Amino acid sequence: MNGIPVNNILFVSIALFFIGMYGLFTRRNMITMLMSLELILNSVNINFVVFNKYLYPDKLDGLFFAIFIITIAAAEAAVAIAIIINLYRSHRSIDVETAEEMKY
Amino acid sequence: MTASQIIFYILSAFILGTAVLSVTTRKIFRSAIWLLFSLIGVAGLYFWMEVEFIAAVQIVVYVGGIVVLIIFSLFLTQQSGEVMAKAPVVRKIAAALAVIFGFALTYMLVQQNGFEATGKPFDWSVEKIGNSMLGTADNGYSLPFEVVSMLLLAAMIGCIVIAMKAKPEEQQ
Repeated sequence: MNGIPVNNILFVSIALFFIGMYGLFTRRNMITMLMSLELILNSVNINFVVFNKYLYPDKLDGLFFAIFIITIAAAEAAVAIAIIINLYRSHRSIDVETAEEMKY
Repeated sequence: MTASQIIFYILSAFILGTAVLSVTTRKIFRSAIWLLFSLIGVAGLYFWMEVEFIAAVQIVVYVGGIVVLIIFSLFLTQQSGEVMAKAPVVRKIAAALAVIFGFALTYMLVQQNGFEATGKPFDWSVEKIGNSMLGTADNGYSLPFEVVSMLLLAAMIGCIVIAMKAKPEEQQ
């Protein structure tokens, strides 16, 4: 058990999640928003692994969810960056405020 | 305090500190580098929890793949030395308040729930993961595995189509 209560590890993951949220709220640049999203996904992964290791040590489902989340995060980052680069070609900017034509 | 506890606290401080720097620094390239350190810290946390397989996947996919992709896209779209515009103070305060209250509520829920470790050893091995990943019996993950492989194929084709330059007219 390493002498650390489960709650302390959960503290780290919750804090990481809300740091990512703060970045998502304050940033207006698409790439930095994507970075905040990666932080959020990482905190979720920590949660899955912690719950699996400490509460259900005879199962493996948490590890599988972590692996699948990592895979989907990679795919999502690739698609997002393709969209961002395409947007930069047409708008010369990757600020979310300049990309508002799709609203109408 | 044992060495394991000290390592855990150092790792946590490292992860959270670099994450905060990553979302607050105004130079975009530095932000990417701080994110890199934060992700390495998370991999260190997995090593500390003795889940080496996830730690290795974390390093290979996040540090080696996603951060490099992000840095390349930064080079393609930004002047890397440029300082980003400051966020308005009102937005910063509102975001900080929302985040602090959300954190307090969530952590209070976790505290009240009082998760207790069972203390049993965690028996995972790469062999078990592999057998279960492609198994079709109970606890088999072969259907999500196939679905994810389809998703990766779709993402790959989608990226190529989206990022492809339109052909110049005179070539047709």
